[in-house]
Amino acid sequence: MNGIIYVIFIVSAMTITPSVFEYYTPSTMVEAVNLLEKYGDEAKLLAGGQSLIPLMKMRFASISHVIDISRIEEMDYIKEDSNRLSIGALTTVDELGSSVTIKKRYMIIKEAADQIADPLVRNMGTVGGNISHGDPANDLPAVMLSLDATFMVQGKNGGKEIKAEDFFVDSLITALEPNEILYEIRVPKMVKRQGGAYIKHKKSAGDFSVAAVASNIIVDGDGKIIKVGVALTSVGPTPIKSTRAEGILAGKKLTEELAAEAARSITEESDPVSDFYGSIDYKKKVLRFIIKESLVAAYKRAKEAQ
Amino acid sequence: MGKIKVRVKINGKERSDEVEPRMLLAHYLRDVVGATGTHIGCDTSNCGACTVVMDGKAVKSCTVLVGQANGREIKTVEGLSQNGKLSKIQKAFLDKHGLQCGYCTSGMLMASYWLLKKNKKPNEEEIRRNLSGNLCRCTGYQNIVEAVKYASELIEKEGEEEEVVVESQ
Repeated sequence: MNGIIYVIFIVSAMTITPSVFEYYTPSTMVEAVNLLEKYGDEAKLLAGGQSLIPLMKMRFASISHVIDISRIEEMDYIKEDSNRLSIGALTTVDELGSSVTIKKRYMIIKEAADQIADPLVRNMGTVGGNISHGDPANDLPAVMLSLDATFMVQGKNGGKEIKAEDFFVDSLITALEPNEILYEIRVPKMVKRQGGAYIKHKKSAGDFSVAAVASNIIVDGDGKIIKVGVALTSVGPTPIKSTRAEGILAGKKLTEELAAEAARSITEESDPVSDFYGSIDYKKKVLRFIIKESLVAAYKRAKEAQ
Repeated sequence: MGKIKVRVKINGKERSDEVEPRMLLAHYLRDVVGATGTHIGCDTSNCGACTVVMDGKAVKSCTVLVGQANGREIKTVEGLSQNGKLSKIQKAFLDKHGLQCGYCTSGMLMASYWLLKKNKKPNEEEIRRNLSGNLCRCTGYQNIVEAVKYASELIEKEGEEEEVVVESQ
């Protein structure tokens, strides 16, 4: 689950065994935080390992202390109450995509989950890992940005809540301190007339995207857009939340023309690089097309949602 | 740097070993357990040749640390046939020519085993989607898909084979 590293990997020689490390299996979050506190920069959390293990095998990451948090049961759940959807960070991507709650009302999350890597990787990979790895090619970050999600973080000196838009700092760098753990993802509960869509353009099955777009729209009874969140995957050093979408679309009904105009403008906010997945020009063309597509799909779902 | 002790149940048989924590499950199965039916293809979690079933879910064993498998039940391709008799999934792959060189086959079989456990009658799209993490460079997939369909029919007609329970050592 790592776009940047995958690209580096295909042009470089590799080793296939991680360097030596000490291995810990805390059974509670408190234990995990204590271990992080003790080993600091030399430690790394391993949840499903589907991003971290490839990095370790290629020796891009050399970690002396691996803290395997996969056995912390208190971090594996999906709950919905009157205010929000709460997803435990250790929920696997497969569990997320097959959850009845998600299927019923959070189609945007399901669409992204079902397109992450392949079914076997989804059996191990976790929601928290997909987000906290900080890879701009990972799919859930853009979804969470579009939904105005917040991330619950625990450190030695207590917990805090970080907004998704403040979380992604740079490629593979997040707002998490070395001694902090992401334990829950909070998404505002879907309201009436809210819909979302995640459109991912990829070259082959199981691959990272050339570009992908998450759109989340709330409309009023007349079909006018009250709120809109658009975020982009794989087209910058971090996932990108559009700052223009709201200004262009709020208060209006979405037409083909308006969607196309918004797509043109939002594409200008992207910052893709030329690589294995395509040239800058190509990626922007793809992006313009799929932004429009995801806005239209999200709008349609918002109007139909009860 | 210390070794860790792992206890795993492999194809119904419990065992425990002292291993370096950096060992991957695929290497553990092949080099320590001697179960070389699990193949290593790309070693980068792309190809799926190393697929095994861990606690009921198919995973890519080249991207699982042996410590992650501690305390869990592993089923490898060696666990499919019983008393020298091929399982229905294996028979279906044989009858429908779902393999040519055979390198991807153990992974294909284990991914199919997982699929048919959770979905007794998958349609073609479901089969293709579920096998999308397993690459075959010979068959063009057509016969593999037909083999999985046929296996599903065989299981429906004749029932699943009993899981062999091996007494622990």
